[in-house]
Amino acid sequence: MLDIQELEINMGPQHPATHGVLRIILKLDGEKIVGARPVIGYLHRGTEKIFESQTYSGNVPHTDRLDYTAAATSNHAYCGAVEKLLGIEVPRRARVVRVILDELQRIASHLIWLGTHALDIGAMTPFFYNFREREYILDLFEEFCGARLTLHCMKVGGVYDDLPPGWIEKLQRFIEVFDKAVWDYEDLLTGNRIWKQRTIGVGVISPEEAIDWGLTGPPLRGSGVKWDVRRALPYEIYPELEFDIPVGRNGDTYDRYLVRMEEMRQSSRILKQCIQKLEPGDVVAKGVRVLRPKPAEVYFSVEAPKGELGYHILSDGTDKPHRVKVRPPCFVNLQVLPALVKGHLVADVVAVIGTLDIVLGEIDR
Amino acid sequence: MSPELLSWMSPELLNWVVIPAVKTAVILAIVLTIVAYATLLERKVLAYIQARVGPNRAGPKAILQPLADGFKLMSKEDLVPDGAMRFLHLLAPILIMVPALAIFAFIPMGDTTTLFGLLEEPVPIFVADLNVAVLFVIGFAGLGLYGVVLGGWASNSKYSLLGALRSAAQIVSYEVPQALALIGVLVLAGSMSLVRIVEAQREMGVWFAFPGFLAFFIYFVCGVAETNRNPFDLPECESELVNGYFTEYSGVKFALFYMAEYANILVVSCLSTILFLGGWLPPFPSLAVWQHLPSLPLFWFLAKVFVFIFFYIWVRATFPRYRFDQLMGLMWKWMLPLALANLILLALVKLWLLK
Repeated sequence: MLDIQELEINMGPQHPATHGVLRIILKLDGEKIVGARPVIGYLHRGTEKIFESQTYSGNVPHTDRLDYTAAATSNHAYCGAVEKLLGIEVPRRARVVRVILDELQRIASHLIWLGTHALDIGAMTPFFYNFREREYILDLFEEFCGARLTLHCMKVGGVYDDLPPGWIEKLQRFIEVFDKAVWDYEDLLTGNRIWKQRTIGVGVISPEEAIDWGLTGPPLRGSGVKWDVRRALPYEIYPELEFDIPVGRNGDTYDRYLVRMEEMRQSSRILKQCIQKLEPGDVVAKGVRVLRPKPAEVYFSVEAPKGELGYHILSDGTDKPHRVKVRPPCFVNLQVLPALVKGHLVADVVAVIGTLDIVLGEIDR
Repeated sequence: MSPELLSWMSPELLNWVVIPAVKTAVILAIVLTIVAYATLLERKVLAYIQARVGPNRAGPKAILQPLADGFKLMSKEDLVPDGAMRFLHLLAPILIMVPALAIFAFIPMGDTTTLFGLLEEPVPIFVADLNVAVLFVIGFAGLGLYGVVLGGWASNSKYSLLGALRSAAQIVSYEVPQALALIGVLVLAGSMSLVRIVEAQREMGVWFAFPGFLAFFIYFVCGVAETNRNPFDLPECESELVNGYFTEYSGVKFALFYMAEYANILVVSCLSTILFLGGWLPPFPSLAVWQHLPSLPLFWFLAKVFVFIFFYIWVRATFPRYRFDQLMGLMWKWMLPLALANLILLALVKLWLLK
């Protein structure tokens, strides 16, 4: 009798396609995946504990480092939670600027996702095109707040500074360039037979399962569930804006790809509307100095590029939070990975990791 | 130099030893230079397609880049992983490089030359004109697989092993339609000698790519699979298997694997040129205009080969990668029936049109 053993391979934490330091222990039967177990924690920095020893406003830079590909939405979620705790009314101009930053960040984050996802599936070129456009966004960020990645661009009560002169014109130019560029990416991938073969029917998850797993963001919408925090639990000026929430039908990798592509176009549409809505005014709420909220408990979430990003803050009457719990979309979305890859081939693992669009900074915290 | 300089040698010595040895050395030098510069070409072309600059530091226009790469790899430590089979680990890169270079012995880059009047009699620009050259080429190309499989097996690494397994699965898939596509050409030419195949295209006045467009397509697609290039680079795909069968190689051995990849690209490009694009013949060789122009065989040959290499790079920049079961499906379900249909088609063409 032959003793047939399953081959156990260790994908990561040093692996070209695990997007950071994710480690997956794969059990293989030939190339077929029998089991997969993600191992996380290689990027754990104790952020939630650090939150407890810093003042409310001192915590904002730490939120940059959670989802480092989408710092603006991280800032937004945290600042929004603290504002909710203190009952601060954010001035209108700051709200519009925040939405502009959020949507730019959404495009930037989706561009990284598209580039790396395509690279994992073997298409090299979109990566460079994506990064070319992303560079425009980073330049815009740099001009606004001085940083390109870890933005720290929002503060409790608004944003740090008004938009620099000429910034809106540059933003308009970017939107023009970007609207054309999205079609270039689609030309390379959407109709490509190989791309379709590699993504259609891979990593399928039904709407019910997606809800049961607690997925949010494109992985949830790819399955056809029309749930977006911007519409479901509106914040800032989103109720005034016109935009569609794209949903998929089959819940496979291809649908999630289409959803994200359409989201980038919708973001560009939102940006155009925001430019119209931008009126002169304050960008920081008046009288926000020392933040010392009364003992209370709040939860506030925004639609980050990767899903629902929420901050749960418990205050105890001092100038430091008693406890901050982050609800990162990636952490929740990653747990579905073993279910998605089971029965597929090794090559599909990288496609599924790509389609979940995870960032380890946020998972490990 | 004059022909008298060589007159001290007996004609047998000259024709059977000296000239072949010199030709072998010259062809090896040409091939290795093209292989080295193919790496630079690939990086440059990829860079331009991908909106970036590419290498531009080593010498003007990065002309010394292949030398720098080679020097870097030569100076690297040669690591052999724990538990690896040292002998096979060493043998694998040799086994993959030698057949790739040996094939060039049969590849005619032109018909004859007198080296600008240096030699009295014209000398053919190839080492050997074998009457079963096509069989030899297929055989040697198949030998390269041993390098891949042994390399993956001997490395004692699971990623390498998976890469080797994929490579074995790949070769059984593409070799059948590839060989069938070649048989189509043999039917048209009526010979297995590569020189004769080119001559047959001259006599018919048409490149085989026109009657044999299906065979051409199949052969090229299978050639991409043979060289493990995108979209069929499954045995070494970076994002899944780290580097596939040569994950555990470094230094000179890695350089051999790397050069063998480009040598194989050159082999497939040369063979496609000879079998389908008329080798050293100009386009539409029957046109009267070519009578009045210098024949320039080497120019035409290398120009066509360059077009193929460029196409390889273009394909790499464009397509995502197949999954290995999809590759097998493509080859067995589409390419094989297509190759069989093509064979019948070409037989009929030969029978009725090209008498």
